[in-house]
Amino acid sequence: MTHTPAAPLAGRVRHARPRATRRGRGRPLLYLLPAAAVLVPLFGYPIYMLGLLSVFDYRQAQVSGGEPTRFIGLGNYATLFGDERFWSILLQTLVFAVALVVVTLAVGATLAVVLTRAGRWPRLLLSLAAMAAWAAPAMTGSTVWMFLFDADLGLVNQVLGLDGFNWFYDKWVAFGVIGATVVWHSFPLVMVTLYAGIQAIPHSVREAAWLDGASEWQSFWRIILPILRPLVTIVVIQSIIWDFKIFTQIYVMTNGGGIALQNSVLNVYAYQTAFGSSEYGLGSAIGVVMTLILLVITMFYIRALYRTGERL
Amino acid sequence: MKILNLAVTGAALMLLAACAPSTAPTATGGDEKSGTLRVWLFDEPNRAPKEKVVKEAIAEFTAANAGTSVEVTYIPTTPARHERFKGAFNDPASAPDVAEYGNTDLAEYAAAGGFADLGPDLANWSERGDISADLFQSATVDGKLYGVPWFIGIRSLYYRTDVFKELKLDPPKSIADLTKAARTIREKKPDLYGIAVGGEYTFGALPFVWDAGGDIEKLNSPESRKGVQAYTDLLSDDVCPPQACASLTGGKTVELFASGKAAMGILGNFNRSAVDAGAAAGKYEVMPLPGAEPGSVAPAFAGGNNLGVMKSSKHRSLAVKFLQLLSGKSYQLKMYEAMGNLPTLSTAREELAAKDPFLKPFLDTVAAGTEFVPIDPAWVKIDNQKVIPTMLQKIATKQSSVEEATEEAATAVNAAFGRS
Repeated sequence: MTHTPAAPLAGRVRHARPRATRRGRGRPLLYLLPAAAVLVPLFGYPIYMLGLLSVFDYRQAQVSGGEPTRFIGLGNYATLFGDERFWSILLQTLVFAVALVVVTLAVGATLAVVLTRAGRWPRLLLSLAAMAAWAAPAMTGSTVWMFLFDADLGLVNQVLGLDGFNWFYDKWVAFGVIGATVVWHSFPLVMVTLYAGIQAIPHSVREAAWLDGASEWQSFWRIILPILRPLVTIVVIQSIIWDFKIFTQIYVMTNGGGIALQNSVLNVYAYQTAFGSSEYGLGSAIGVVMTLILLVITMFYIRALYRTGERL
Repeated sequence: MKILNLAVTGAALMLLAACAPSTAPTATGGDEKSGTLRVWLFDEPNRAPKEKVVKEAIAEFTAANAGTSVEVTYIPTTPARHERFKGAFNDPASAPDVAEYGNTDLAEYAAAGGFADLGPDLANWSERGDISADLFQSATVDGKLYGVPWFIGIRSLYYRTDVFKELKLDPPKSIADLTKAARTIREKKPDLYGIAVGGEYTFGALPFVWDAGGDIEKLNSPESRKGVQAYTDLLSDDVCPPQACASLTGGKTVELFASGKAAMGILGNFNRSAVDAGAAAGKYEVMPLPGAEPGSVAPAFAGGNNLGVMKSSKHRSLAVKFLQLLSGKSYQLKMYEAMGNLPTLSTAREELAAKDPFLKPFLDTVAAGTEFVPIDPAWVKIDNQKVIPTMLQKIATKQSSVEEATEEAATAVNAAFGRS
């Protein structure tokens, strides 16, 4: 393909790079090779296998060689799209992810501003606390939160005097507790990123706003946010991807989906289908659907990156 | 650029060659007479006594078979056990020689082709005749014997004698009696649950369904619905409030009864030590779970664990020998003393019944007839997708009526069996 004298990519022309020689045009590909050597086996192959499995009737019996593997085309997808539960869980996953993104961003941004205002010691303490939350493995964090909200022995119930109150009984209350755990795990990234962004804003700009009599609230919305917009976009999209894929917190805290599986999300559903029921083909189909959804979101992410000037 | 093209072509060829998902290599076992025998046994909440008996058996085994050693791994009984077993089937190098497994999982493991047919190996085993044909059935799929039933577990009704005496209640003779007694207790003693039942306690609910004449494969039949109704009636504010009980597993109901928070519970003979270690110790009795007919017994689930030999085992005859030793009478009796596991050997059970009156209600329950889950890989699916807990929880939380929930569950069961 590289041998055909292809027209240079439009984007490249606009940046008026030195005219590439015939030899030089292959060079970018050569430079990509090391990255490709890592990415193709680590990402390409699993995704290829995922796609492949999703068009086969592939269950435990087939894995251990008890029964022949059968090609069934889009049969798994038909089963999936015909399943009412899939649609309700997809909707639930989206709503939950959006709520999580909003809350994570609000908490992260607020604390980033607090961080810039705080004195040395409070700042250090807040950073340490956030780093600890960030560093806590999802499994451990979820288990600790689950214990905190335990109906009989949990600290929360003892402090509030709600002995025996089951936080995981009502669907939305349960989602609230799980959401708090997820936000606790993910706000530090947002906080640190935005804090770094705020630090990079020239002091003179903020000083000018202050001299003009802008309140803290106004200077956040009118000065900081517009300057940080590219950064915020990236953080938002990263959070969407992150929150859409949430698994551990739900799986651990609700024992695999909660009462009558009311708290299930797409990832938990895929896991239960693929591994719990050994329907690897169907599970892969769910995986493919999730990958496609995330791919669309990632495309926005790449566009956002491109606009910030990080050339691709 | 030639190099790059070559690399791309090569990679493309490799992808093409890998065009169908792979399957595990067919394991061929061996029959080495020495070496290390790997054994998987289930972990228990209180493992020390089990470990002690097993160690004793290992000492006896290694003394009799020179040049052998036995390595025991305790694996969890959580749903993660499925991953462990599937991993072992797919990768013979990490598989054990002998493994303990729940008899409800048998069909899936047999379909996966992981366990060896022990029919010929056990043909001359002296203790074979002492295990009833019924029990061997729980280790048999399509005429092939995939292990030896090691012990059985039977659930019966535990009740608090002190509470019953104080409230002048008689031990229930029927499900209606039981429900009434549970309501009375909750009313008079609001800090107690009338009976500890759980939305995730499948084997607590199934006896009610079986007693009404229902069946797992026909959950939407009028009989099944009657049973489901009877069980979910207990998951109500005046007996065991759904707020607390809808998410309870069988294990949690044991905790509730043992800690003295419930006046009744559907517990197994294997839960005795847990109850004796709690607040309810010495204040309880056991009786068969009554059926709807006064004086009848609701069919219990004949759960239990089998010992099997992996198909991929490199020490086939040693593995069979060790299995025979562990499931022989002397070690079945020792396991009863250590863990309260009910022996599968009839003579061992008779001996124990004569010695220990605690066993009587359980043996009466067995005598009244037991039931089993479908011996089909579909059961593992039904279990993993939480079909029955979801049904019970939807009714208990009033998200669905009994009709809707059973209809939905029946559809899921049919789908698991592959008949839509």
